Amino acid sequence: METLQKALDQLDQASAAVRMAVQDLATSGAAGDAAHALSGGMVDPFVFRFAIFVLAIFVGYYVVWSVTPALHTPLMAVTNAISSVIVVGALLAVGISAAGLATGFGFVALVLAAVNIFGGFLVTQRMLAMYKKKDGR
Amino acid sequence: MSVNLASFLYLVSGILFILALRGLSHPTTSRQGNIYGMVGMGIAILTTLALATPSAGGLVLILLGLAIGGGVGAVVARRIAMTSMPQLVAAFHSLVGLAAVMVAAAAIHAPESFGIGTIGAIHGQALVEMSLGVAIGAITFTGSVIAFLKLDGRMSGKPIMLPARHLINIVLGVGLVVLIVMLVTTQSTTVFWLIVALSLVLGVLLIIPIGGADMPVVVSMLNSYSGWAAAALGFTLGNLALIITGALVGSSGAILSYIMCKGMNRSFISVILGGFGGEAASAGGDDGIERTVKQGSADDAAYLMMNAQKVIIVPGYGMAVAQAQHAVREMADKLKANGVEVKYAIHPVAGRMPGHMNVLLAEANVPYDEVFELEDINSEFAQADVAYVIGANDVTNPSARDDKSSPIYGMPILDVDKARTCLFVKRSLGSGYAGIDNTLFYKDGTMMLLGDAKKMTEEIVKAMDH
Repeated sequence: METLQKALDQLDQASAAVRMAVQDLATSGAAGDAAHALSGGMVDPFVFRFAIFVLAIFVGYYVVWSVTPALHTPLMAVTNAISSVIVVGALLAVGISAAGLATGFGFVALVLAAVNIFGGFLVTQRMLAMYKKKDGR
Repeated sequence: MSVNLASFLYLVSGILFILALRGLSHPTTSRQGNIYGMVGMGIAILTTLALATPSAGGLVLILLGLAIGGGVGAVVARRIAMTSMPQLVAAFHSLVGLAAVMVAAAAIHAPESFGIGTIGAIHGQALVEMSLGVAIGAITFTGSVIAFLKLDGRMSGKPIMLPARHLINIVLGVGLVVLIVMLVTTQSTTVFWLIVALSLVLGVLLIIPIGGADMPVVVSMLNSYSGWAAAALGFTLGNLALIITGALVGSSGAILSYIMCKGMNRSFISVILGGFGGEAASAGGDDGIERTVKQGSADDAAYLMMNAQKVIIVPGYGMAVAQAQHAVREMADKLKANGVEVKYAIHPVAGRMPGHMNVLLAEANVPYDEVFELEDINSEFAQADVAYVIGANDVTNPSARDDKSSPIYGMPILDVDKARTCLFVKRSLGSGYAGIDNTLFYKDGTMMLLGDAKKMTEEIVKAMDH
């Protein structure tokens, strides 16, 4: 429970920071407020997840606009790699379920996501290394 | 490991992913960012393993899966040519889409493992989230496969227009909603697979009418879809890392699509509806005036550039096709050694995906501080002696600026016609992907260098030694 409280406090801080940055975007702040005000009561976890989801969209919006156009291809490769965090679902399916069918689907998902994780990060690294060589000049 | 600690660790990995994207704001910080991304992924995987405590057999299976997938991924990442990057990214998108479908399939067959109920009694909310994830995932999968085939040249880049395709798509979309409602009420796996099948078909139908030149938008859009699919499944699994990542990737892809559409001065809707770039040239050409084209040789080009003070190189998709980036850099080196100022100008939609040209130039060891975006360099063409256009076409067409009847009117272009001389490397005098005649060819200051982009550039390099 302590860790959850800590996580919620962090979320609250994050939402406050985003709210300051995005004063005109009232909805994001409202979502953070809601999460805070109701954290003591019984709230459907969906609300918290949704609040995080909405905040992450705003974070993504500002972070991606700051990406230099020269690095848009590595951006696509790396977003590809991180969206393979869906591998957690595959791990649960393979690791926990005893049922044959679910394990099978999970295993396929695991292999596909692994291709993406390794392929995505490594190809990004390869591309970024090419931009590196020019630093000295 | 407690569930609370696990949630906290997932949050940490989500934050690390944000930092990974943040790093891409500058080339010097980007590699550090990529490492954050890898660490984040590692934390997410280890946390899940600690949480799930798989049996010995399960663990073996997991390691096997990671080894197979990781091995394939690593080999592909090492071997892929930089010019094939758009295809690779499309292929990776399709894998994320299919993985999302498979995770959802596992979840519906073993809901206990994911804590979303039991077979036949899965929470309605989880089913809705899951079906959204699976529908978007399946659309991403087949859509990306089509995009891959088009980008890889295994399928014609021409739009394939089915009669009444909008009607078909609307019917399929409505059918999807009906099926999702049915899934929630009946909990039937048959309905689940029907949703998958319908979405797979929809993915194909959505992408086939979109032409090759619009692929930068399509690739970005599918990038976005793969994010939303991940986020939807994140809600099903209650996993913060997945929700945060899905939101990040979804908005990233959406922003890139927006930038690409703006680069073409087209609305997102018109790109998605498709059909652009298929028909033969209709506008701009036949005004009855006999027009002549000035052709030059590699020697002429070498002479002009060696005696210039400032040369701006404008690369396009043709440079990628001809693999001419190394020859171009050699030419630039010769020029610089001779005291000529060389810069590169990149149009937002040059190539087949966002940033495609920048990667190729980086591969050829072109320093990134010599490469400029359209808005930063466009005013400099007026002071340039030579604009060297290699493999770009529509993005230099002055009709987009001057001719209100042109189909591409309003699209931002690189003002290469304002340079004193425009050297235009091209295989033939045909029109570009948009099927539009380029009036630049007939201007007095333009000299056409007809030939393969790589060969022509190499010949120019040779001629410079004379």
